[in-house]
Amino acid sequence: MEMVNVKIDNVSLQVPSGSTVLEAAKLANIQIPTLCYMRGLNEIGACRICLTEVKGNRTLVAACVFPVFEGMEARTNTPALRKSRKQTLELIVSDHNKKCLSCSRSGDCELQRLCMEYGVDEDIFEGNVNETLPDDSSPSFVRDNSKCILCRRCVSSCANVQAISVISPVMRGFDTEIKCAFGDNVANSPCVNCGQCIIVCPTGALMEKDDTAKVWDAISDPSKKVFAYAAPSIHVTLGEAFGMPTGSRVSGKIAASMRRLGFDGVFDMNLTADLTIMEEANELLERIKNNGKLPLITSCSPGWVKYCEHYFPEFVDNLSSCKSPQQMFGAVLKTYYAQKHGIDPKDIFVVSVVPCTAKKFEARRDNQSAAGVQDVDVAIVTRELARMIKTAGIDFAGLADEAFDNPFESGSGAGQIFGATGGVMEAALRTASSWLDKSFNVIDFTEVRGPEAIRYATYNVGGIEVKVAVASGLANAKALLEKVRDGEVECHFIEIMACPGGCINGGGQPFLPDSVRNNVDIVSLRSKAIYGADKDLPVRKSHEHPDIKMLYEEFFGSPGSHKAHEILHTKYVKRGL
Amino acid sequence: MADSTIAFKGTKEQEAKLMEAIELHRSQPGPLMPVLQAAQDIYGYMPREVLEIISRQMQMSLSDIYGIVTFYSQFHLEPKGKHKIHICLGTACYVKGAGKILERFEKELGIKDGECTPDGNFSIDALRCVGACGLAPVMSVNDDVYGKVTEDQVPEILAKYKA
Repeated sequence: MEMVNVKIDNVSLQVPSGSTVLEAAKLANIQIPTLCYMRGLNEIGACRICLTEVKGNRTLVAACVFPVFEGMEARTNTPALRKSRKQTLELIVSDHNKKCLSCSRSGDCELQRLCMEYGVDEDIFEGNVNETLPDDSSPSFVRDNSKCILCRRCVSSCANVQAISVISPVMRGFDTEIKCAFGDNVANSPCVNCGQCIIVCPTGALMEKDDTAKVWDAISDPSKKVFAYAAPSIHVTLGEAFGMPTGSRVSGKIAASMRRLGFDGVFDMNLTADLTIMEEANELLERIKNNGKLPLITSCSPGWVKYCEHYFPEFVDNLSSCKSPQQMFGAVLKTYYAQKHGIDPKDIFVVSVVPCTAKKFEARRDNQSAAGVQDVDVAIVTRELARMIKTAGIDFAGLADEAFDNPFESGSGAGQIFGATGGVMEAALRTASSWLDKSFNVIDFTEVRGPEAIRYATYNVGGIEVKVAVASGLANAKALLEKVRDGEVECHFIEIMACPGGCINGGGQPFLPDSVRNNVDIVSLRSKAIYGADKDLPVRKSHEHPDIKMLYEEFFGSPGSHKAHEILHTKYVKRGL
Repeated sequence: MADSTIAFKGTKEQEAKLMEAIELHRSQPGPLMPVLQAAQDIYGYMPREVLEIISRQMQMSLSDIYGIVTFYSQFHLEPKGKHKIHICLGTACYVKGAGKILERFEKELGIKDGECTPDGNFSIDALRCVGACGLAPVMSVNDDVYGKVTEDQVPEILAKYKA
């Protein structure tokens, strides 16, 4: 790598040619403040917080985009820079809704943190304030433009990561707002509710729709049996909301904390990930053997499902008819569990804890009511559960590990890896291959794991050749589907997750400060934790899990049975644009 | 900033012309601006229906196109009236009371600056300096220029075009 000599704040060092001043400063252990910048996503030099003095340059430069050169001398912390940054912040907050006390980003807001660091006078520039109304039309999230600083991170995420661009900067100058075409409500747009805009928002302008009040109400309602379960990825992410390192495995603390919140039963959703595999692996083999519609495409990710319905309606019949693990769990609790324990399904209140804002939309879909009532009453995201735990005063990090309630106290390793891209594929392959050839003894299908954007693999099992592909992030999904549509790629089975890296990077996961997100590969740390948990679980194939065997022996009969179809399968719609 | 209150009355001929413009520019670098300009020439404004055609044909998101249309003042989301009222709000006209004249027109016609009456007869647009400060406050209806206008003259000016 070609290196250049630079001097930053009197420290001489060599940095790779082509680096920005921001990157070079990092190598000198100096963190230049940023606000609109997000590594790899939004590098546009728009907010002017990262202004830096470069010797010989007429004006201050934006460190996030200005490239270093041989002999460059830069200063990152001078009186002029501190004054400039402070003034920029004061101008931003002059048109900002400063109701920080009731803002759910208070405490982890990037704007608030910078304002504190620079001692901003929030009232120095009094003047016009944009009058905007929050858009709470989506069941998944709320956009409140009174808190928007126009950094465009959400716009970039929607356009470049997810390739849907349902939001854009509209109007110009002081009137600029980020919104949908014609100011439409986002619920009337082809938004997929993935929440990738939320996790990159530096302020409280984008937040999940808070459903915690409904959960508290249900818990204190004596006529309700309130059951809750935690999704696979939560097992390795919830700790972050309590200051634990990224990639901490906290399954035991989740069980303990959820029990203390007062739920009547707390379960592990890994188990219904296994149940999904039973139905989906069966569906795959059925379609292959009976010349059914191929490729079969997974349907666990509700952001992806809605994307398919809007943007690739020709592939809707390829979607697996299996409900997602979230929905299957609700369905099992309100049918099998209700019957076994003599509870009226109407008295059961099901709360899923998921990493995903799109799950809130999924919970309200049609054809998701096995017992005549919605399978899932409320879906809350990781951040909402963290808020409930904090409200209840539970010392999460200090909790001793506890088990979830029996039955459904655990799933297999295959269920655990649902939380990462390639996980559903690998889980399905573990079971399908065992069914086809009992002597086929592979557990780790590493070819389908990350981090490449699109991954292909071919397996020969029991005389059947199975070609598979995996993509996460909808821009990657789009690239893959176009190849399949145009006949460039032939596949039997495709896994798609809407969020890049899978559920571990879902739109409902804990916020991490820019200082972490811009320097650490959080997806790979969380992913490592997921696969570590998989390795440590006693059962690693879905069909070998004792609770799965019990469910089929006592209730469903066999995968794909009539009863399984009634309770565990669903239908999708062709929405178009 | 929502849909126009005027119903879309696009014709097959207009749509054919638009498709022609799209085909002409499609393979060029930066094809959107010339297509949008052609669309406005063809329809006189940028209704949702037209932006939706462009979005489908050019495989660009509707919100991206809408963002561009609202960024440039050359594009109008509202149709223009049969009689186009232009009121100068340049500095000289403004200090001579042009703001009051604009308000009176808005009141008389029941529409805001930039809008068109539901019968399609009148539209109002405020302009910056038209270079006739000696006539301040100055305004025009179509090609007729009116100088040193007072608020009270507004109804009689309108009456000329209402017939």
